[in-house]
Amino acid sequence: MTPLTMCVMQLASPATSKMFTRILTSALIAGAAAGFAAAVLQLLFLQPVLLHAELYEAGELVHFAGASNPAAHPPIGFDPLRDSLSVVFSMLVYAGYGLILVALMSLAEEKGAIIDSRHGLLWGLAGFVTVQLAPGFSLAPEVPGVAAADVSARQIWWFATVIATGLAVWLIAFGSSWIVWGAAVILLVAPHVIGAPEPEVFTGPVPTELGALYAARVFGVGMAAWALCGLFAGGLWASSEEASQ
Amino acid sequence: MTTRTLTAAHPASARLAALFAGVLGLGIIVLAGHVQAAALHDAAHDVRHATGFPCH
Repeated sequence: MTPLTMCVMQLASPATSKMFTRILTSALIAGAAAGFAAAVLQLLFLQPVLLHAELYEAGELVHFAGASNPAAHPPIGFDPLRDSLSVVFSMLVYAGYGLILVALMSLAEEKGAIIDSRHGLLWGLAGFVTVQLAPGFSLAPEVPGVAAADVSARQIWWFATVIATGLAVWLIAFGSSWIVWGAAVILLVAPHVIGAPEPEVFTGPVPTELGALYAARVFGVGMAAWALCGLFAGGLWASSEEASQ
Repeated sequence: MTTRTLTAAHPASARLAALFAGVLGLGIIVLAGHVQAAALHDAAHDVRHATGFPCH
């Protein structure tokens, strides 16, 4: 029997498929709900800033062109197709995050950690720190039209930072010695000491006021969505265990 | 208690299930957030900016 066949057979075994179903159910419901909340917050608070910035990106508004820089936002327009795609993709992204989050929760529970909605909230905040705050600390969330380095280089740095930070957060939460916590601090700081890819010149046409507001709101929306994702995931995971007893 | 006993008796099954879910989740994140194919990029554009992914 090849290792692949053994792996597939193991995957199809009742114990594995029961566990997988439990992870899948909790993760998809929690992720989709958090993603929907994120999309609503995005459309309310981020989209107006993004659309305003796109006017500068397209050259319809010009920064420093004279005295005529309207500070007021353009009227908020909801574009049905564009905004429904945002809702769908937001739900998808958080469903993906939810799957990883609940998979890690199941491993932690196996090692004795308590997983419920209260602990889930902390897990959600840890997820926010891992995939948004840490990479965004050096690679600030971009509004369209800001200057940025090559996208592949930024993606590589993003993934490396998320992996290092995730490992660090895990070590802080479940480690029990100063050596482990010291290693976690190094993992947290290293990506930022190494530095994120930066553009060669700052030539973004978008006013800094819009860029800063957008970045700040990305963090706010992300934190709210992740807190919900963790809360729901922990609660659903705990109740699915009770249900299966 | 049944589930705990079952889980403890089959830690390999639990880990395999977690690994499978994690890989599936990562696949979704990469597709929705990072693949630069034009159609995917355009459809996911606003969400990529709103979640702080590196975009174009």
